[in-house]
Order: sequence, then structure tokens, then C-alpha cells
Amino acid sequence: MSDTAAADATHAQHAELGFIRTYIFSLDHKMIGRQFLFMGLLMIIVGGLLAMLVRWELAWPETPVPGLKFIPEPYMYEGIIPPQTYNALFTMHATIMIFFVVMPIMVGTFGNFLIPLMIGTRDMAFPKLNMLSFWVGAIATLVMLSSFLVPGGPAAGGWTSYAPLAARAQYTGVEWGQNLWIISLLILGVSSLMGSINYITTIINMRAPGMTYFRMPLTVWSLFITAILLLLALPVLTAALAMLLFDRVAGTSFFLPEGGGEPLLWQHMFWFFGHPEVYILVLPAMGVTSDILSTFSRKPIFGYHAMAFSMIAIAFLSWIVWGHHMFVSGMNPLLGTAFMMTTMVIAVPSAIKVFNWLGTLWGGSIRLTSPMLFALGFVSNFLIGGLSGIFMASTPVDIFIHDTYYIVAHFHYVVAGIVFALFAAVYYWFPKMFGRTMNEGMAKIHFVLTYIFFNGAFFPMHFLGVAGHMRRIYNPTQYEFLLPLQHWNVFITVSALLLGASQFIFLGNFVWSLIAGKKAEQNPWKANTLEWSAPTPPPHGNFEVQPVVYRGPYEYSSPDVKEDWLPQDKDLGAGAAARAH
Amino acid sequence: MLRWLPQDVSTYGHEIDSLFYLIYYITAATFILVTVLMIVFLVKYREQPGRRATYSHGNTTLEIIWTIIPAVILIVLAFMSASTWAKVKRQVPDTDFEVGVTAKQFNWEVSYAGPDGKLGSEDDIKFDNDVHVPVHKPVRLILASNDVIHSFFIPNMRFKQDVVPGRRIIGWFEATQPGKYEIPCAELCGFGHSGMKGWLYVHTPEEYKKWADENLAPKAQ
Repeated sequence: MSDTAAADATHAQHAELGFIRTYIFSLDHKMIGRQFLFMGLLMIIVGGLLAMLVRWELAWPETPVPGLKFIPEPYMYEGIIPPQTYNALFTMHATIMIFFVVMPIMVGTFGNFLIPLMIGTRDMAFPKLNMLSFWVGAIATLVMLSSFLVPGGPAAGGWTSYAPLAARAQYTGVEWGQNLWIISLLILGVSSLMGSINYITTIINMRAPGMTYFRMPLTVWSLFITAILLLLALPVLTAALAMLLFDRVAGTSFFLPEGGGEPLLWQHMFWFFGHPEVYILVLPAMGVTSDILSTFSRKPIFGYHAMAFSMIAIAFLSWIVWGHHMFVSGMNPLLGTAFMMTTMVIAVPSAIKVFNWLGTLWGGSIRLTSPMLFALGFVSNFLIGGLSGIFMASTPVDIFIHDTYYIVAHFHYVVAGIVFALFAAVYYWFPKMFGRTMNEGMAKIHFVLTYIFFNGAFFPMHFLGVAGHMRRIYNPTQYEFLLPLQHWNVFITVSALLLGASQFIFLGNFVWSLIAGKKAEQNPWKANTLEWSAPTPPPHGNFEVQPVVYRGPYEYSSPDVKEDWLPQDKDLGAGAAARAH
Repeated sequence: MLRWLPQDVSTYGHEIDSLFYLIYYITAATFILVTVLMIVFLVKYREQPGRRATYSHGNTTLEIIWTIIPAVILIVLAFMSASTWAKVKRQVPDTDFEVGVTAKQFNWEVSYAGPDGKLGSEDDIKFDNDVHVPVHKPVRLILASNDVIHSFFIPNMRFKQDVVPGRRIIGWFEATQPGKYEIPCAELCGFGHSGMKGWLYVHTPEEYKKWADENLAPKAQ
């Protein structure tokens, strides 16, 4: 492959690279991974602060937010959030968290950093495309952030931007904010497409000798499937966004009934993308969790093939479940029945994953390190989020809970639960990424507080949902049937504020460890996968010698060796190699 | 947790609620089982000097069992749900009682047939946000929207249906208890979404007749 050759040529001269080529316009997959990480962490602060404002409004509606008196009208009135701003807050909170935090970190950071290291190659297949993918993503981020500054404020039609609400400026009062929202996601789609093509090509073509598909770590499997889903789902979103933009600025009527258009077409297109998107977010979290659970149980992952095939099954089924977002949308109810069946079926591979994680713990020698605690936290959240999904899969139950806080609870247990896998991954790979170690005591305190306040913030949302509390309402006290539950809104907000405050422990630990953390060993966790065979931090080009793979990634406590780990590239000689996988 | 469910005053609500309860018990049992096992494993299999983890790649029999059991439970749930769903959303009972609801930012415009006895004609009698119906009588709703998507939600009736501009969507319910019930809009519809609500008044037949005579009868000239 000529691009690979070009990449090799670039690496050969890496010693001469200046500051700009090393830190800004870098072609090194590891630097690009770090860039995505810093961008994502910056955006999680923005998305988190927006959530705090949403929670303030719901607990103490129409009271001034302390310290925000300086924000001018009409965005705020002496610190009081008006309904228009409130709608913008939750719209941008969701948009940022999904597209600019979880995707850049789980897919951008760990996809970039880990794929070449874990499959034992020098870099991505297309390093220039990789760099372009980050910088196009950065432009998308700037466009999205700039929408806060235009007259009328940012998009306020929900992250789902249902038409006709989002298709005509007069319905929300937002003109350019919504246009920039569309344009930003169009640009981001290009960035993700470039990334996914790169991931797929790299995994298919550049695996180290001996690295068969079924010797790949589950993290690589999950990123591989995620990249395929991205490649196939994004064009649908791109088409839908372009049509929405044309409806807004060019006078078309794709989604406007007065011109012969169909509002439900937007929902079909959006969720045809949107449901695979959910798995794009959660699959890497599942992969990372599998690797971390196995490492710290000192035990092979339970049912490796079942884990890989269940992800493949999820990938296929994710294309035929989108209608479960639309049971009460006015879509033919018969279609609802069909989508209920497929949705029930997709719960099965998710269940398999949880049971296999349990199986991995069984009989292990479990070390409760900070990555392990966060990975277990992810499993615990995913268990709750997965089980609560069964309620809404049942069409009659969904009639009641659709568009209530039950749904908000459900998707936060899944999507915000991913943040536990994100922290697990940061704590786990930080030594390899930055060559330094994070403070373990601080990390454990961070886990305990995050776990408690996360559940305090999101579990009571189930109660609100059962009571019928609608999502996206500005002031719950306007409804008589919700008045008896207002104390839960206060409880949730207090937990959410404490959850937000607890993240300063992480931020402090992260920044301090970057600068002054203890120098990391090459393989601090005694893990098997190839990234730990590379020097710490890996130089441009990764490995000193091309690794050769002799076995699968999870040979912990193997009887073939005295130690309780057995790296994938360790040559035991002919006899032992034949016995091992 | 389910004690927070609003009181059910519809004919089909109990079927929805029993599915809700059934799924609640199944998922609660699964949650407790998995969580307890996880805690037991974390304690029992914690790292101890001199003990080595079991070298095992899995157990096919176990994996088949824990694939088939959830699959069977989920498929059974789907079939149980399908019949209730059909009853609520697909089989609208024959009834002569029709109410039109047209949503607009940010009101429910409620209309009853005027002197010509037809709904949707010029002489319809219109109200803002208030729906009056008699108890024990199936009510056919004709739902439409003038601008964006809204969602007609009556928590106590277990009724929710999005209203979509450009479409006429039929819904139905039958109340079992007189009373006054809130009708919030459940789909984000703009800055006035919060507070877009109406009231459903369910009357005894006598009270309803009185209300209809006063409000729906042709005005004497």
C-alpha cells in the first residue's frame, strides 16, 4: 500500500520534526489520539456546565442562578433562565455530550491511540487522512461553539431537531443557531467518515504477523464494528441534515407538510442513523470494559467468541430497531409491533455481554484498581440502562413512558454510563499515553463520589418518569400532577451538582499527573496486549521490533507460564505455542 | 417504584399497567441476581496471596442457557405486549362520540360537532384546552396540528399520541371515573412547550348532558 509506505517514510525522519509537526499538525496516531482527548475533555466541561443550568431550572424554576447576573437579556433575565434559553441549554447539552465528548473520546482518542498499538503496527493506514479527520472535527467543534454567540442563540429544537419545529425559524425563534448546528454536524460527519475509513483499512490490512481476527483484543473488535457502523450510518444523517438545511434556507419542503413534505420522514432518517449511533457510542465502552475486566480478574475473558459475535449481532440488528423511537409518533401501529419484536431481540446480545462479564469475574483473582472500579461501574450502569430499556421496548408501556423522565433515566444510564468506561480507559491507558502514572488514591475517591452521585442524579428520574413527568419541560411546577414530586427534582439537582463538583478531583489528578506524575513502567498492569510491549510512551513508529503474535489477548493465569500473564507476543517455543490459542 | 404511577381511570389502562408491573418484576429480579452475584464474586475472588485465578475461557453450555432464557422471556413479553398494543392503538371501538383536537403553539383547540352533526365543518363548536366527555363511553379523538409536532398526553388515561401537521390521527379512550385530569403536551414544541396543557373533564352522564345542553346546543336566536 503506497500510503503505508509514505507513512513509513514520514516516520523515518521523525527526529527532525519541529514543534508544529509534533504537537499540532501531527501525523502520529498517538498524538492525534491525545488531541481528541483534550478536545473531548474541554467539551465535557462545556456540556457538563449546561447540564448544571438545566438542573438548576428544574429544581428551583424561574429563580436566579447564582453568579450569572452578567449574562444579558434576552438570554437571561437577572440570572433567571427564560424558556427559550432553557430549550437551547438541553439541546446543546445533548449535542455536545454525544457528538463532541463521547464520540471524540471513545472513538477518536482510543480508536486512534489503541488500534495501531493493539494490532502491532507502526501507525494508521492513512496518517494524513487521520490528521485531517482531527482538524475537520476541530472546525466542527468551533462552528458548534460559535452558535452560542449568534443573535437568537444556539439551536433550541432538541438534539433530535424534529421537523417542522427545527425546519422553520419562526417555530423556535432560532435562525442562525440552528443553521450552524446543522452545518457543524455536517462537517463533523466528514471527520468521522475519514476516521472510520482509516480504522477499517488499518484493522483489515495492517495487523502484525500472527494477529488473526480472533486474536484481536475486544477493544479492537468494538472499534472495528463501530467504524463500520459509522461508515454506513453517517451518510443517512448527512442526507437528512442537508434536507433540513434546504428546508430552512432554500425554500424546499422535504419535511414541511404545507409544501407537500412529511415530518415523519425526518424522524425515520434521524433514527435510522440515531439507533446505530447509540451502539457507536456504547460498543467501544463494551470493548474497553472487556479488556479491563479480564486484566484485573487475571483471567481470560469469558466466552471470547460470544463477545465478538454478540457485538456483530448488535451491529446487524441496530439497523432494524429505529422505529422503537417512534411508537407514538403517528407511524402505522402495525409497524410498531414489528419494531417491538426486533427491539426485544437486540436485548439478547446485550444480556450475553453482561453475563459473560460476570463469568469473567467468577474464579478470578480480582484487583480493585481504579480502571477496574470504573469498568465495574460501567457494567452496573449498563445493567440498569439495559433493563430499563425493556420497558420502552414494550409498545403499550411505551405509550405511557415515552417522552417522560423514564426515558431520560434510561439513556443517561447507557450514554452517561459510558463515561464510566471513559474514565476506566483514561486511568488504564494514561501511563502508556503520557508516560506518567495517575494518583491511585485520588482516582479511587473520584470513583466512589462519581458512582454515588451518578446514581443519586439519575436513579430517581425513574420515579419521575413513572409519575408521568415529561422531559424537556421548563417548569414542572406548572403541572398539578407533578407538584407532589418536586422534592425529587431538588434531590436530583443536588446530586448532579455534587457529581459535577466531584469531577474536579479527576481534572486535578489528570493535570497534576501530566506534569508531575510518577514515571510509568512499560507494563504497569501486567497486561497481555501488544500496546504494553511498546516502550512507554511509545515513540513515533511505536515498536522497536515488529511484534509477532503467538496467542489471543487474554491468556491470564495460563498454566504454561509461572507468571499470571502471558503477553501476546511472547515466544514460548514450538510446544507451548501449539497448546495456547 | 410503581406506586408513583398516576391513578388509572381508563378501560385499557390496567392492561398497560400489568405489563408495566410484569416487566418491573422480571427486571428487578434480574438486577438483584446480577448485582448480588457481582458483589459475591468481587469479595470471594478478591486477590489473595498464593491463589491463582481459574484458567477458563468460558463454558458453552452456560452461555447457551443464558442466551436462550432471556430470548424466550423477551419474545413472550413481545407477544403479550402485541395484543394490548393492538387493542389500544389499532382497534378503535365503534362510537358516536367524537372530539376533535387541533394543536397549535401553544394550545389544544378542542372541537365538537355543531348543529349539522358533523365534526370538521364550519359550524363546529370550539373550546380552548378543555375537553368534556361522559364517563363509560368510548371517545374517538381526531388529532391534528396546525404548526409543529405536539403530543396529546393524558397520564391518568394512559393515553399518549403525537399530533403531526399534515396528518389526521385517530385515537380513543374510555373513562371509568368522573373527575378532572391534566392534559400536558409531551413533545417539545417550542418556547411555550412547558405549560401547554389542557384539562379533561369526565362527567357522569347527567352532568355531561347538562354541560352539553349549556355549551353545545344551538343558541336560541
